[in-house]
Parts: sequence; C-alpha cells; structure tokens
Amino acid sequence: MSLAAPGAPTRDGPLRRLSDLFMRRPRLFLALLLTPPLLWLGVAYLGSLAALLAQSFFSIDEFSGLIVREFTLKTYGELLQPANFDIIVRTVVMAALVTLFGGVIAFPIAYFAARYARGRVKALFYLLIMLPLWSSYLVRVYAWKLILAKEGVITYIADHTGTRGLLDAWLSLPVVGGPSLSISYTGTFLVFLYLWLPFMILPIQASLERVPRSLIEAAGDLGADARKTFSTVIFPLALPGIVAGSIFTFALTLGDYITPQIVGSSTLFLGQAVYTQQGVAGNIPLAAAFSVVPIVIMGIYLTVAKRMGAFDAL
Amino acid sequence: MRSIGRIAAGVATAALIVSQTAAFAQEPLKAIGAGEGEVAIVAWAGYIERGDTDKAYDWVTDFEKETGCKVTVKTAGTSDEMVALMNEGGFDLVTASGDASLRLIAGKTVQPINTDLIPSWKEVDPRLQSAPWHTVNGVHYGVPYQWGSNVLMYNTNVFKEAPKSWSIVFEEQTLPDGKSNKDRVQAFDGPIYIADAALYLMAHKPELGIKDPYELNEDQYKAALELLRAQRQIVPRYWHDAMVQIDDFTNEGFVASSSWPFQVNLLVANKQPIASTIPEEGATGWADTTMLHADAPHPNCAYKWLEHSIAPKVQGDLAAWFGSVPAVPAACKGNALLGDEGCKTNGAEEFERIHFWRTPVSKCPSQGTCVPYYRWATDYIAILGGR
Repeated sequence: MSLAAPGAPTRDGPLRRLSDLFMRRPRLFLALLLTPPLLWLGVAYLGSLAALLAQSFFSIDEFSGLIVREFTLKTYGELLQPANFDIIVRTVVMAALVTLFGGVIAFPIAYFAARYARGRVKALFYLLIMLPLWSSYLVRVYAWKLILAKEGVITYIADHTGTRGLLDAWLSLPVVGGPSLSISYTGTFLVFLYLWLPFMILPIQASLERVPRSLIEAAGDLGADARKTFSTVIFPLALPGIVAGSIFTFALTLGDYITPQIVGSSTLFLGQAVYTQQGVAGNIPLAAAFSVVPIVIMGIYLTVAKRMGAFDAL
Repeated sequence: MRSIGRIAAGVATAALIVSQTAAFAQEPLKAIGAGEGEVAIVAWAGYIERGDTDKAYDWVTDFEKETGCKVTVKTAGTSDEMVALMNEGGFDLVTASGDASLRLIAGKTVQPINTDLIPSWKEVDPRLQSAPWHTVNGVHYGVPYQWGSNVLMYNTNVFKEAPKSWSIVFEEQTLPDGKSNKDRVQAFDGPIYIADAALYLMAHKPELGIKDPYELNEDQYKAALELLRAQRQIVPRYWHDAMVQIDDFTNEGFVASSSWPFQVNLLVANKQPIASTIPEEGATGWADTTMLHADAPHPNCAYKWLEHSIAPKVQGDLAAWFGSVPAVPAACKGNALLGDEGCKTNGAEEFERIHFWRTPVSKCPSQGTCVPYYRWATDYIAILGGR
C-alpha cells in the first residue's frame, strides 16, 4: 500500500474544502466578496444619509430648545425665511458663476492640451494642471488670502501699473465690492475659480481628445470655416466633457465651507450654515434641512446633465 | 481654537442641572494610594504640553518621572466632544469649560473632589474655589485650571491711548487718526458674541435692565440684535479663526476688534503695533476646570495630577503658552516664560469685570424666561447675512 507522498496535495485541509465549496457554488463566493462593500455603502453611506433626512422632518421646540421627534414640515418652512433663503440663493449663484467662468477659462486650456501639446509639453501641461492639487487645500486658500489682501500682491501691482483706480472702482461697486479683494464676493469667487479649475480642465480635455480628427477635416472639406466647425462639430462633441466638469465645479462650490470663511465678507454659504446650525446651535433639524438643499439641487442638475450625455464621457 | 460656542445637545439640560444634582453626590476618595502608573486626560489642544512643540513648554515629563504615572492626552476641539468622550468613559480627567462642566455634573459623569487630598488647593484663587460652574450646593466637582478674558485689541498707531469703550467696534465714529472706523473693525463670528453686545448695552442703556448678558428677555435681546445689525454696517469681516485675524490685522488694515490674548501676544511677538485693553464696560471670558471622572480607572494618579496641575510653575508656563490667566495667583510671580507682566497682559486684574461664558437657556434665574441659545445662533446668522 502506498500512501500519497508527504507534502503532496490532499483534499482534506480546511482551506481546500473551502475552495471546493466556492468552486461548486460561485454565487456564494460572489456574495461573500460583495457583502462588505455593499454593507459599507448601505450602512455607512446611505444609512447616515437616511438618518440625516429623517432629522430634517423633526423640529426644535421654540421654548426649551429640545428636538421634537414628530413629523413636521416646519423646519423646511424655516428654509424660506429671508435670512436662510439668502444663503441658498447666494450659494447657488456663486456655484453657477464659478462653473460658468470655469468652463470659459478651462476650454481653451483643455483645447490646447488636447490638440496642440505633444510629448514633453503635454506632460508639462498635465503637471501644471495637477500641481496645485498636490499641496494642501488650506495652504492654497491662505496663500490667496495674502494675494488678495489690501496690502497684498494685487494691490501692489495695481499701484505700480497705474491701475489702482480701476481696482478701487471695482471694489466700490455694490455686492461684488468691499474694502479689499479678500473681503468681497469677488475674492471668494476668484479663489473658488482657482481651486476647482483643474476639475473642469481634465474632463474637457478627455472629451476633446476623443473628437476624431477626420470629422474636423471633413467639416473643412465641406466648406465650414473655423467658427462653423467649432459650433457644429467640436463643441457638441465636447459638451459631455464640459457638463462632467461642471458637475465637479458646481458640486464642490456648493459644499465648500472653508474658503468663504477665510476669504469673503463673513456672509454664510450653505456648508457654513449646516456647520453652525449643527455644531454651534444644536438645531440639528434645520442643519439637516439645509444639507438636503444641495442634494436636491445636485439631483436636478445631474438629471439635466444625464440628458445632455455627460456620463458618456466618464 | 477654543470653541466657546459649541454646546449642542441640551440647551435645556443646564436648567435641570442645578435642581437635580446635589442629592446624589457621590463619596469622594478618602486617601491617595499608590499610583496606577497611568492617567488619561481629555484636554483642549495646547493645555497639556510635554515639550513636543517647544522644549521650554513642558509640564508633563517631570510629573511622569516623579510619580511614575504616564500621562496620555486626548485633545478635544469642542465642549460637546469633551462631554461625549467623558460619557464614553475610560478617561480620568477632563479640562472642562463653563458650559461642559455643569452638564458633566448633571450627567453624574464626574465625581466630587476631596480638596483635603490636594495640598495646594488653598493656593487656588479664592474667587475660583467655589465658582458656580464647578461647585454645586457647596460640593466641589473639580479643580480650577485656567481662565481668560476676551480683550479689545487695537492698533497703537491709531490709538495713542487705550480705547476706553467698546463703542469703537459697535458704533460708527471717527477714530483718533481722523478716519472713520467703517471697514476697519472686526467682531467675533459666533452667536455668543450677542452677549458682548448685551454687555455693552448693560452700560449704555441701563433702562433695558440687563443684569446678566447671558440672560436676556425678548426686549433686551431685540436691542442687542439691533446694535449688532448696525455693527454689521461697519464690520466687513467677522473673525473666526485666530490665525486669520492675525493676518487681517497685519495685511488688511484692521485697527480694532474683540480678540483673545493669544492673538495679541502673537502680533506683539511679530513686532506689530498692537496692544489690548479691557474697556470700562468689562468683557466676556471663559474659565476651565479639571474634573475627575465618576469611574476614573486611575484615581490615585488623577489626584496626583490635580495637585500637579495647580503647581505655580505649571500654571505660569501654561498661562504663557495659552495666553490665559493662572488659577493660582502665586504663579504670576517669578515665572521666566510668563514674565512679570504676563498675568496683567492676559487680564488677571480684571476678574471682577469679566462675565464668564455660560449657555443661555430659556429658564433663567434673573428674569424667569430668557431667549435660548439656539435662537441666538439663528439670529446671528441672519445678522451676518445683513438681515
């Protein structure tokens, strides 16, 4: 009688049996693999979101300041109070402007990077676009505060180029003006624009690179001039990339609560309102209702974006 | 930094506190035994230094050598976080501020202190020994650690003499340099600043009958909001982050604001023309207490730390580091880091004129019903938004 040689594979180790089991029942294996990520998504992500949503239907008792755990739409009604509604409008307008200008600035950069830059230049381009993302967000915002300060670089340059009058004229305008660039909506806008620009450039560039050269040549052959080619061929084909980029810039501006605290005139943006209501005031229902606002706005935005085919470019 | 404003959960808890606690007072320790080799402390950032940031500021290493109790520190950013950590358990001590301390006592998370076991207790400032934020019905629930005052910071180029009143940040006027204060003054970006406005009105509109800036009825509250709305017209930016305020005073041409000694010390160290004062109306401030957990795992080491925490050297070094005032007056003299003027700079002589921070609650002793804190928050947001 000869037994299996020592060390030769046998079928009775527990690991072996396990592997056989998975072999026979591939679905079990799949379920085991998928359970942890699904649990994470379901409990940690959707669960916390649901808890938040539930809170927004509670209200705070006027007299005791305690949270009343009964269903009510009163808290959502509070969002419509002038002071709170201001915050929503202010944030959405800021996000829309940042997105719009972001697109206008990003497009030519992305176009150059996608169509003209080659080899080393292209690598350098990527590097320059990504470079800011490698340093701390806070450091960059503080740096901008210094640039925009009353005694900062911009004022210095304006003084020495004779454009100080122009700067002061802009700052004396209502709404966008203020005592200095870093204490005005203009400053907040510029910092947002700077911060989120890479997120606009990269998707546009990706979509421009996928516009077939042959189509552009065909447009030329058919007698379209540069402007016509751009408006009928390049722009429509790049649109999904622009929309994808705008989702980033819009959502990021909508949720940011640090930049407006450092650069700006101390008027609150949505993120700050949530932070104050929750962390300082203990008015969790109102904080929850506030945080539902960007979710709803983004929901609408994404639906429209999907219609425009934004997700085809991802 | 210090978030005086972070009380969430129970604005109403504080109201229950005073009535409920005393009856259930737990028996304090009778004698200190051998150390357990460890003590765990929940503290504000910068409160327990072992020389990691700056070698000169170290009040832990010697304690560990002497007692054999290894100190572990868990820093907390808000009073809420402190209360949550203490409720979770596993810690011995906490450096609680005025709002958290009463909540901890009410929740029976902390135990009474046997002051006989702390030889230096008699050195503690008598005004702090039985302060209402840690002493309930004569029972002490903690050892005072440090206190501090908000100050009026000003630019010495503009103000040759210290401003006498907070009016320079509240009402539009021409400053000594001949220019308006519009766009050149700041205020604190937190609802608790409404108390500063109330304090100002206490002195300037006595007919309102404000007795305590943290206890305001509807009329007094409305008057404070009105004052703040007018202030919004001359304040282009409110300060929130100490470092941002330092930058504003350096680069943005701001000349006066409510502030903490921390910023003043840093700006002076940077050779800026800055000084601070506590004007005639008085000022708001904060006071912290080291409290012992009801189920402290290392009570003996904890008592040793409590004794150590009020040693003059520790108190003086900490005051120099944090810009606060020692709870032990003896610490003000002969401390190399603090200097002879240190305590005065940080506001030590102003104790009587400081209204220590408390959570505004609906049930208030001075007038029955007051405006609770969550409304302070909502309305302050509206004021910042220009409403």
